[in-house]
Order: sequence, then structure tokens, then C-alpha cells
Amino acid sequence: MQLDLINFTKRFGDTTVIENMSLSVHSGEMIALLGPSGCGKSTTLFAICGIHRIDEGQLMFGGKDVAHLPSQARNVGVVFQNYALYPHMTVAENIVFPLKVQKMNRTDREAMVRKYAELVRIDALLDRRPAQLSGGQQQRVALARALVRQPDFLLLDEPLANLDAKLRLEMRSEIRRLQQETGLTAILVTHDQVEAMSMCDRIALMNGGRIVQYDTPTAMYERPETAFVAGFLGNPPISFLSGSGLGLSEAQVAQYGVRPESFGPQFGSTLSGRVTFVETQGREDLFDVRLTTGEILRSIQPAGSGIRLADTVNWGVAHDKLLRFDQNGQRI
Amino acid sequence: MPAKNWPILLLLTVVTLPLLIMCGYSVIDAFTDTAPGSLVPTRFTLEHFRFLWEPVAEARGSIWVATANTFVFATTSALVVTMVSLTAGYALSRLNFPARGFFLAGLIVLHAFPTITLIIAIFLILQMLGLYDTLIGVIVVKTALELPLGIWIMKGFYDTVPWEIEMAGVQDGASRATVWWYLVLPQVQPGLMALILFSFLSGWSEYILPQVLAPGSDARVLSTYLSSLILDDTKADFNLFKAVGLFYATPVVVIYLLFQKHLMNIYGGGTKG
Repeated sequence: MQLDLINFTKRFGDTTVIENMSLSVHSGEMIALLGPSGCGKSTTLFAICGIHRIDEGQLMFGGKDVAHLPSQARNVGVVFQNYALYPHMTVAENIVFPLKVQKMNRTDREAMVRKYAELVRIDALLDRRPAQLSGGQQQRVALARALVRQPDFLLLDEPLANLDAKLRLEMRSEIRRLQQETGLTAILVTHDQVEAMSMCDRIALMNGGRIVQYDTPTAMYERPETAFVAGFLGNPPISFLSGSGLGLSEAQVAQYGVRPESFGPQFGSTLSGRVTFVETQGREDLFDVRLTTGEILRSIQPAGSGIRLADTVNWGVAHDKLLRFDQNGQRI
Repeated sequence: MPAKNWPILLLLTVVTLPLLIMCGYSVIDAFTDTAPGSLVPTRFTLEHFRFLWEPVAEARGSIWVATANTFVFATTSALVVTMVSLTAGYALSRLNFPARGFFLAGLIVLHAFPTITLIIAIFLILQMLGLYDTLIGVIVVKTALELPLGIWIMKGFYDTVPWEIEMAGVQDGASRATVWWYLVLPQVQPGLMALILFSFLSGWSEYILPQVLAPGSDARVLSTYLSSLILDDTKADFNLFKAVGLFYATPVVVIYLLFQKHLMNIYGGGTKG
């Protein structure tokens, strides 16, 4: 189902958290609301599911304005950051709760619970209580409970924040698999750009209560509209430097952005600098190179280059990948 | 047990001994004859429990009426206190209503307030309402005085229930009332049990309110029955007094033994921080 948020404004007391925001999510699409802490991404999510009231603007579910409907009438499945499982109920009771509320009959209910428990692969744990489950299993229960009522939308609030690094990788693909198998329209809130880029069709990058760019991960990475977007996406992060460091001088360009993969020996040897930091990542090495102007460029190279700390290097940048920004941080 | 603990154990034993001796002798003296001033029991007898099957002259009335009254008094006030605290505590913990701060402050003030100073005013009010010297009157007063603490305790328990659990319930399509009944109440069940227990025992052992507000024999409870045994007589029968005391205290001990398990039964949460 298509979701449209039109001119949405949210205030808490006198503070305007989100002003005049618009967002469209196509049917079957999974998007990320990405941004630093306090940018309003969770507020937006809670406004969509009905926990926060929408002060101004419209919220359209499939063309129907639901801004004034209570949460119960919106048919949205939510997975909370801490899962919010009901601790006194077993896994099966947790999953069946939304159906009990709907007064579905017992046989249908049980069939649905089995179906979704199998889908999220927890059918062996139905008699356990949440406290007896690992973090990843609790996450799966929360997903099953959100999916079992066949919601129009699935909202995920930082679903991976409480998991350890390995589980996070596993659940990342798991959530994407579930979303694609069920064909649900989903919104993921996260502050982790890797999650957003790897899981979602499109990313809405937010800052200060506004969407600064809304695009596919690739487009956003290659063609960021502002320096903020360029700096937020990419791991290891982009380096910004003035034209003099690169030996360039163009009118209106206040700073250049160079991604770590666009700087290295394969792009010539026009820039001279000293290696001030080396980070071994196994497959790749990450270098910080201090140029003669004092500015620092990052480079990522295949492992085994033999370059060590304090070595002097003569490397070049890929000029076609350079990002140019004006004084206001807008890309030219 | 490590041997070096003996100084602590010795100290604890010395401090606890007077209490143990008191408890021990109230049991021993209830079942035996002991000369006043002596600690050595002379013979086993059930004679001091005669109040159970025949009226005792000093007490002016049957112990069973007093027991029934005490039970009704304690149970009713415990149930009302618990029910009101369950809803009021939830409202104070979760709902945003006008003058919430005033009510919260009022609770704390009332809780710390020496309510017994109000007894004259309460006496006058009950008399005007025609509830003086009735069990209902005492129940109403006792309940009202217990409420601030009960509401405060329940509010504390509600405060520990994660906000997300309720929001998840609402998202699952349940009304606020359904969420409260099926999702929140089970989380505060340890508090609920503690409050019922606490207010029942408080009612069971209440003495001042029945003594002042219902001195007649119709509304007599066990504490006033017990006091009438010594007040009305110049020749005190300590063994009878201890036997009645034992009878009065037994339900308290039994309740503690039964409910201890429930008090310890605190749920492990599904919410990991």
C-alpha cells in the first residue's frame, strides 16, 4: 500500500521538531529514515503509527487520510527497539495477541501463529517465555507479532540496535528477506548508514527535522546533494578539503569531497603526503595521508601494499569521482 | 559456615533473644499453667482456650463475632484499597490529566501526615452520617487512610512497566482498557499481591480506629476484644490473654507463610536494555 506523508508538522510544546515534511513510500518498497540522533526520524515513525499526534499535515494510507484515526484503527505493525514483548506470555501467546484482540476464531488463530512462527523460524520456541530467548530470537518474535495481523505497513524502530555485531548482520538480511517475501511496505528507522544502505530500496536522510535527500542508496552515495549527505554516507567516511590541497582552483567551489576509494596509487602520483594512520581491516587497509598543505585524505587499498606508518607516498585522486560543494554545502 | 562468623552470630543471638523469648512464652503460656513471675511452666492445659467454645465473662461477647468482624473489616478495606489503588496508580503513572501534580503532591503529604490527629473530626463526621459505632464506618475510615500509601505503591510499580509494552499493545489493535487488563496488570501483579497482603494485615491489626469509632460490642474486632480482656478486669488472666493473642496472631503468620512465595515471584522481563 502506498504511504504519503504530506506537509507533516510536529511540535512538542513550543519546540517544533518536524516542520512541513513530505514523504512518499511506494507499495512494496522498504525505505529507511536515516539521520543523526534527534533529527526527528523516530518522531516521524511514531506519528505514522499513531503514537504521536500529527499536529499539521496529512497522512495518507493508500490515498485515505488516517491522520485523525487512533493507532488501533491504522493497521500498522511496529517492531520496537527493545522489542516490547509481553514478558508474562509465551512466544505463542505473544504472537497470537493481535489476533485475539481481533476476536479471530481459535483454529484460524493457531494456523496463523504457526505460519508466521515458521516464517521467522522460531516454531521450535513457541512455549518459551521472552526472558528465556536470546536477543535475536526476541527480535524474531517481535517481527512475527508485527506481521501476524497482516498489516498494511511494517515500521521498524532501530530494530538492530540491541544486537551484537554478528547477529546484526544476520537479522539485517533476515528482515529484508521477510519484507520481500511478504511484499510489505516497510519503513526502517536507523542511525546506521550501513543498515540503511544494505536493507532499503530508498533512503530518506534527515537532519534537523527535515529530509535533506530522498533517493536510492547508490544515487545518494554517488550524487549527494549536500556536503552533509556526502559526509553521512560512506564507511570509511569521505574526506573534505580545499582546492589548494588538490592543486585545483575552480570558481564557487568551497570544498571538495574525496571518497577513500577515489584516492590511491592507481589514480596517478600528483599528490604527496605522509601516512599518519594505518588501520588493517583484513581484506583492506585504511590509510590517513597528511598532504603537504596539512589536510588529510583517507584511502582504502587492498591489503598487502606494504605501506607503513610514516611512509611518504605519492598518490592521485580520481578526478571524475570528485564531489564539489559550494559555500552553502550544496553540490555543484 | 566459616568459623570466623561466630562474633556476628553471637551478637545477633543476644539481640534477638528477647524477641524469641517473648514469642516462645506467648506460645508456652497459652498451653500451660505458669505462676505469675515464674518462667517454669507447670502443666499442659487447653483451658486457656476456653474462649473458643464458651463466652468469657470479661470479654462481653463471643470471640467468633469479633473474628468475623475483623475478617470483614480487613478484607473489605484491603479489597477497596487495592481496587482503587490499581486504577488511581495507573492514572497517576500514565495518564496526563489536569492537576496531576497536585494529586501527586497530595498523596505524599497525606502519606506523611499523622492521620490520627484527624480522629476527632472523623468522629464528628461519622456521627453526622450516622455511621458512628458501625463496622461500615470504620471500614470507610480505614480505607481512606490506607489509600495514599496504596496508590503510591501501585504508582511505583506501574512506573517500572516499560512504556513500549503498552504502545505495542495499542499497535496490536487493543484498546487502552484491554492493554491495561491483559498486558499491564500482569506486570504489576507482584505489587498487587503485596498491596492486598499489606492492607489486609494492616486492617487485621488495626486497633485505634475501631476502639474510638466503634466501641460498642456489635462492631467489636479482635484487637478491641483483646483490650477489653485486660481493661475490664482488675485480676488479669495472663494465660488467657496470651491464648487470645496467639489466636489473633495465627492468621498473620499463616498469611506470611503462604504469600511469601508470591512476593518473591517477580517476572523476568522481555525488555532488554
